[in-house]
Amino acid sequence: MEFVPDSGNTAWVLISTALVLFMTPGLAFFYGGMVRGKNVLAMLMQNFFAMGLIAVLWAAIVFSLAFGDAGNAGFVGNLDFAFLKDVDLGAGPDFFALSIPFVLFAAYQMTFAIITPALITGATADRLKFAGYAVFIGLWVILVYGPVAHMVFGGGWLSDMGALDFAGGAVVHINAGAAALAVILVVGKRRGYPHEPMPPHNLPFTMLGTGMLWFGWAGFNAGSALAANGVAAQALMNTILAPAAAMLGWLIVEKLRSGHATSLGAASGAVAGMVAITPCAGFVGGMAPIYIGFATGIICYLALGLKKAFGFDDSLDVIAVHLVGGLVGSILLGFFADPTINSLVANPGVLITDGGTDLLMDQIVASAVTLGYSFVVSLGLAAIIEKTIGLRASDDQQDQGLDLSLHAETAYSN
Amino acid sequence: MKLITAVIKPFKLDQVKEALKAAGVQGMTVTEVQGFGRQSGHTEVYRGAEYTVEFVPKIKLEILADDGVVDAISEALVGAARTDKIGDGKIWVTEVAQVQRIRTGERGGEAV
Repeated sequence: MEFVPDSGNTAWVLISTALVLFMTPGLAFFYGGMVRGKNVLAMLMQNFFAMGLIAVLWAAIVFSLAFGDAGNAGFVGNLDFAFLKDVDLGAGPDFFALSIPFVLFAAYQMTFAIITPALITGATADRLKFAGYAVFIGLWVILVYGPVAHMVFGGGWLSDMGALDFAGGAVVHINAGAAALAVILVVGKRRGYPHEPMPPHNLPFTMLGTGMLWFGWAGFNAGSALAANGVAAQALMNTILAPAAAMLGWLIVEKLRSGHATSLGAASGAVAGMVAITPCAGFVGGMAPIYIGFATGIICYLALGLKKAFGFDDSLDVIAVHLVGGLVGSILLGFFADPTINSLVANPGVLITDGGTDLLMDQIVASAVTLGYSFVVSLGLAAIIEKTIGLRASDDQQDQGLDLSLHAETAYSN
Repeated sequence: MKLITAVIKPFKLDQVKEALKAAGVQGMTVTEVQGFGRQSGHTEVYRGAEYTVEFVPKIKLEILADDGVVDAISEALVGAARTDKIGDGKIWVTEVAQVQRIRTGERGGEAV
C-alpha cells in the first residue's frame, strides 16, 4: 500500500527543519559578537560555510553512515543511502516507523549535522586557518558525526544498550565539545593569550544570536519527537523552562562571584540550559526541566574555571557550555527520565517512581564513549591536518586579523 | 588670540555646547578621544574574567577665542562639564600665532 504521510506531523517537522537550520546563523552571531572586531567575518564565515559543506556531504555519504542499516546495534551504518539512493517520499526503513516522508527525515537530521561541527568554532576562535578548518569539519562529519549519530540515533549499540538522547545531548553537544577540546590542544593558544585583553567586540550580536538559537531550539527539541504530539509539546515546554532556570542560576552565581549580573552571563546561562535540556527534552516533565536548568547554570558557570586550571585556551568557552552542559543534561536524565512522559523510557530515572540506576549507568557509559571517541579521532585528525596543510593561522595573520588576512575583507570601515 | 582645549565626559557634550553658545562662542571642533588621568580607567568583566580598560572614551573640544573672553568661556565650560566626580576632565589655554578664515582670507580676530 502506498505510504500516506501524516499531514500534521509532516507540517511540524517541515517547520522544525527550517527552525534548526536557523540556529547555525544564530550560533554565528552568538560567537561573532564575542570575538574581536578583526575576526568577526572569519567567525561568521566558518559557521555559514558549515551550511554549505556539510549539507552536500550529508547527501553524499554522511546520512547513510548515520542512518543506514538502522537498528544493527553496531558502530556505524552502511552505504545503502549514499548519494540519496532510496531517500524518497516513502516511509523509509521500518526501524524508524516514520509518519513523515523519509526525505524529510533526512533533511531534518541534516540540520543537526550542520550545526554540530560549527559549535567547535567557538573554542578555536581567532586562530584557525580557513582551509584547514574546511578539511577538518569535512572529515569530522564523516569519521565522527556519522558513527556517533548511528550509535545513538540510528539504532547503534549505545541506543541498543538503553542509553537515551532525545535531541542530541551526546550526539551534538558532548561530541562537539570533546572535539573542541582536542582541536585547541593541537592548535594552541591565541597569540597574546592570556596576557593581552580580548574582550567581546559586540555583545548585542551575542544577545541577538542567543535569541535566534532559543527560537530555533524549539525545532531542535520539540521537532525531535518527529510528530506534532504530546511529547513534542512537553519538549517545547522544557526548552523554555530549562534555559530560563539556567539563566537565573548562572546570573546568581555570577553576581555573587564577580559582583555583576552581565548580559553575556544571561546569554551564556540560557544557552547552557538549552544544551542540557537537549538530551532530556522529550523524556522529563513537571518541574524537572527547572531543576536541570538551574543546576546547569551554576555548574557551567563554575566550569569556566577549567580552562585556567588546565591552561588551555577555549576562546568562547565551548567546553564549559557545550561539553559540560551536555554531560550535565545527559547524566541528569538518569535521574529524571519519566515513563509517564514518554513510553520509550524503559528504565525510569533515579528520582522517579519505580526508578533505578540502570538508566543512569547507561547514560554515563554513552557520555563517556561519545566523549572518548570524539576526542581521540578529533585529536588525530587535527594533528594530521596541522602537520600537512596547516590548521593554526600564523602570528602575522592573527595580528592582522583573520578577516583581512584569510578572506580579504573587513567587517567595519574603521 | 587663544586656543581653549578641553577634555570632557562624552555625555556632557550637549550641556557644554549650549553653555558655550550662551557665552557667545560661535564655533568649536569636537573630537572623540581616549585617554586616562587620575581616574585611570575602569574594569570590565566577561564570563568572570576581569579586564582593565585603561583608556576611557572622552570628548576633546577646541575653541578659538579672543584674549578678552577666554576667562568667561572657560568658566562657562567648567560650570557645564563638572559632575564633581573623578574623571571630569581638564581644560587648558594656549597662545595662537595666527588664524585665517579659508573662505575669505581674513586674519586674526576677524577670522574667529
